[in-house]
Amino acid sequence: MGEQLLNQVVWPVIHILCIVLPLVITVALYVWWERKVLGWMHVRMGPNKVGPFGLLQAFADVVKLLLKEVILPTNANRALYYLAPLIALVPALAAWAVIPFGAKLVLSNANAGLLYLLAMTSIGVYGIILAGWSSNSRYALLGAMRSAAQVISYELAMGLCLVCVLVLAGSLNLTDIVNAQAGGKGIFGWYMWPLLPVFVIYFISGVAETNRAPFDVAEGESEIVAGFHVEYSGSAFALFFLAEYANMILVSFLASILFTGGWLSPFPASWGLIGQGNPLWLFAKVFVFAFLFLWLRATFPRYRYDQIMRLGWKVFIPIAIAWVLVAGCMKYYGIAGA
Amino acid sequence: MIDPNLFQLICFYAFSTVAVVSALAVISLRNSVHAVLALVLTFFSTACIWMLAEAEFLAIALIVVYVGAVMVLFLFVVMMLDIDQERLREGFVRFLPVGLVVAVVMLVEMLGLIGVRVMHAQTLGANPAGASNTAWLGKALYTQYLLPFEIAALILTVGVVAAVALTLRERTGVKRQQASQQVQVNPRDRVRVVKMAAEHPADAAPAQEPKP
Repeated sequence: MGEQLLNQVVWPVIHILCIVLPLVITVALYVWWERKVLGWMHVRMGPNKVGPFGLLQAFADVVKLLLKEVILPTNANRALYYLAPLIALVPALAAWAVIPFGAKLVLSNANAGLLYLLAMTSIGVYGIILAGWSSNSRYALLGAMRSAAQVISYELAMGLCLVCVLVLAGSLNLTDIVNAQAGGKGIFGWYMWPLLPVFVIYFISGVAETNRAPFDVAEGESEIVAGFHVEYSGSAFALFFLAEYANMILVSFLASILFTGGWLSPFPASWGLIGQGNPLWLFAKVFVFAFLFLWLRATFPRYRYDQIMRLGWKVFIPIAIAWVLVAGCMKYYGIAGA
Repeated sequence: MIDPNLFQLICFYAFSTVAVVSALAVISLRNSVHAVLALVLTFFSTACIWMLAEAEFLAIALIVVYVGAVMVLFLFVVMMLDIDQERLREGFVRFLPVGLVVAVVMLVEMLGLIGVRVMHAQTLGANPAGASNTAWLGKALYTQYLLPFEIAALILTVGVVAAVALTLRERTGVKRQQASQQVQVNPRDRVRVVKMAAEHPADAAPAQEPKP
């Protein structure tokens, strides 16, 4: 009984904490890095008062948020109002169960890992919709409606991009997908080359899926104040914040794993130590994608709602459907894919 | 020592209880948004039961398709409805006999179907050792059941086209933006840059007011 408890409850919980705690700290640092990068791009300093280089600013903000009162608006739906931040956060964290950090470094090496990820990311939108509806506020409801329409449209494009990857890799298992990109050719073995248009579509859909600028109409602070979480304060708001940033890092991880070879080295395997796979390569790639999120935010103005729909339905989905056929042909004629 | 089989049985009953209770909640809750959420919970518990039966692909597909897409659209529509709940409930007793008849007929049909399936057990063949559930299902779907699968896909496509065609109506007097025209706009057609010499402050200064 004791050994069973240790193996089936204690160790898994410790493993889960080994992923979730660094993730939460990464989110805090990512927020700091975002404010720094935005500051530099706007020719300002960014946070620089709390701790060295302002590093402790994010942690100070967390403490501030947790100490604030959570306010329930008049006539709000109490149960759903408190449940919504949790529904947003839980799938954002649960999705990390199948992310492989290295060749053997994965919590759950699930066979249907890619599908599981798709399921988890699509559940997260309930948090946003319910938050908007239960707040009993016009702005929040508008934000929720925009978010629902946007996520549904971009999830289709995203799903079709994933279909291209799994046609080439022949597996839904994320570890297998990375291993299928090995092939000893280094950077030229990665799926980003045969699937270049799909790779771009995937990342842009990921930006839209996480409601980040330039697709942040669900928040739209200049039109509907803060959209779905306008009524939230204190720790409830902190949970939405955490979920959004955890999702951004998740999309960065997925782009690295699916299209740029995960932990594989960009150099050919014959180059000795530098050509070997290492989780550090994965983190370097993730950093590049995570930085792209911030770069996009600092550079582009917000899309108009109808432009978002046009881009999703009339540009991304047709290209992605066409590329599924192209990927099938590539696989059949042995141009790409194992 | 906890017996895995016993634990699985307990899980099965727990998930099915949640599924049945939430299914009842779908038809009994007053608030339509709550009812939609109860339906989401029903799908979720059903997916858990399928997971117990080792149908992992079906379980996750249920969550992706129904929970992730269909129910979000449902919620989207229901959220915007402003229904008078009391008026809806007036017909409850009046339609109860019809509802009961429908329920009994459905139950009998389902029991009959289960009976038929038990008597003519159809299997996909044994799971080849080591093959994942997904790969196995894919092989069965694209070899043994290719024609029904493609026909189903075709029917769904026709359904989508029909739904769009039925609701599409030409509205006159609506102003639309043509994205292609907007993109092709040339700044020279819109903005006129006027060159002029710099003005000197002395020339441009307003006339001096007479000093008092």
